[in-house]
Amino acid sequence: MPERDSLEIEELEIDLLLEAILRRYGYDFRDYARASLRRKVRQIAAEVGVSHVSELVPRLLHDAELFSNVVGNFATPVTEMFRDPPFFKFVRETVVPYLHTWPFVRIWMAGCATGEEVYSLAILLKEEGIYERCTLFATDFVDPVLRHAKEGIYPLRNMQTNSINYQRAGGRGTLSDYYHADYDSVIMDAGLRENVTFANHNLVTDGVFSEVHLILCRNVLIYFNNTLQNRVLDLFHASLLHGGFLALGSKESLQQSDIRDRFQVLEPTWKVYRIIE
Amino acid sequence: MNQQKGSSPRFAAVVIGGSAGGINAVTTIVSALPSCFPLPVVVVLHQSPDQPPCWVDYLDHLARLPVTEAEDKMPLVAGTVYCAPPGYHLLLETDGALALSVDEKVNFSRPSLDLLFSSAADAFGAALIGVVLTGANNDGAAGLAEIAAAGGLTMVQSPCTAQWPTMPAAALQAVPEALVADLEDIALKLVELCIVKGA
Repeated sequence: MPERDSLEIEELEIDLLLEAILRRYGYDFRDYARASLRRKVRQIAAEVGVSHVSELVPRLLHDAELFSNVVGNFATPVTEMFRDPPFFKFVRETVVPYLHTWPFVRIWMAGCATGEEVYSLAILLKEEGIYERCTLFATDFVDPVLRHAKEGIYPLRNMQTNSINYQRAGGRGTLSDYYHADYDSVIMDAGLRENVTFANHNLVTDGVFSEVHLILCRNVLIYFNNTLQNRVLDLFHASLLHGGFLALGSKESLQQSDIRDRFQVLEPTWKVYRIIE
Repeated sequence: MNQQKGSSPRFAAVVIGGSAGGINAVTTIVSALPSCFPLPVVVVLHQSPDQPPCWVDYLDHLARLPVTEAEDKMPLVAGTVYCAPPGYHLLLETDGALALSVDEKVNFSRPSLDLLFSSAADAFGAALIGVVLTGANNDGAAGLAEIAAAGGLTMVQSPCTAQWPTMPAAALQAVPEALVADLEDIALKLVELCIVKGA
């Protein structure tokens, strides 16, 4: 069956490509979930105009600019502000009261991508009167994406959805209180960034950098295979202070992981966990 | 994923996709499958992410097979129906596990039929059955063509009787050799293809 053969050859080509990326640029995508990655690699091959994935190897080795486009493409999920409004409502009503019991609160938003969720949480913390006591670490491993997050500039056309989400998430005002619109873009208030540190951190290769009270890492683990998921969950476990909280994407869970017994489930639908040991 | 050896049946998985009118169409097919249906069935329907996933419970209530919302890394189990959660793409890994993503919409849709079909063709090759149902856009056509190219079996709901003909018509244009049938006949055909007589 030629189709099966060509698929096996393509898998080999993808392995070679990932090996080349790792050795040339230091990014390790080998433990990314394959089906989604394969599709992106095929898309890139089509865009570059090569018929075999292996032909991407010399192109990427010698063209750093092409690589920087590729890396963003590999690993930047699409998000919106207050995505899953009931999740943010739960954080506001149930997690924040716990945060109030600590004199200082450190929060890690791991894999913050273009930052929509960072601003969402900052708004929520301001409205609940706890922002001034919080330090937020917003990390991602793609520098241009991190710059985008730091700028806080988003298309105006997204704000209708974002505003609806904000209201459903229990917002106390209107979302437009927190941004300025200019032509077809909006810029988020700089005050929301005051206590946010944007930093490059790669979940695949980097370690613990701080002890935190709350970790948000939503819709990142779905891009990883089981091996990498377990590595990252270990990292989260080691980064959380006693009684700290972990929030995953609503379709992710600790169920298959090695550390599930070390957490209690606080909210089963929106996957909010609290560390118990 | 190799299903070639011995007397094992030819097919290993079914993927079904639809859009407008798809809930009724999928319900008709899935509720007609007997409890001994031996293949996993993976379903993608376009729907609003704000819609509660109660149609999965509804389908589970009506069907003789267990119906569940797909979770990331969940291994496929024979005789179980998996539905894509709204707002997520659903793909199949080559080891037969389900995978979710929140990548860009494809054909203005997340979940997208094309993504499921394409990844399922990679995972199951000729052992896959792909079905395109009613819908008002052309998502699924390219994916069904990939299933056909990998040697899988393709079926399309008859555009004449589909609630919305655009999607099945586009699929037929991409895969002219696909079997064309009404919903009841699609269910019968699945049973005929997948249940080994006397087993």
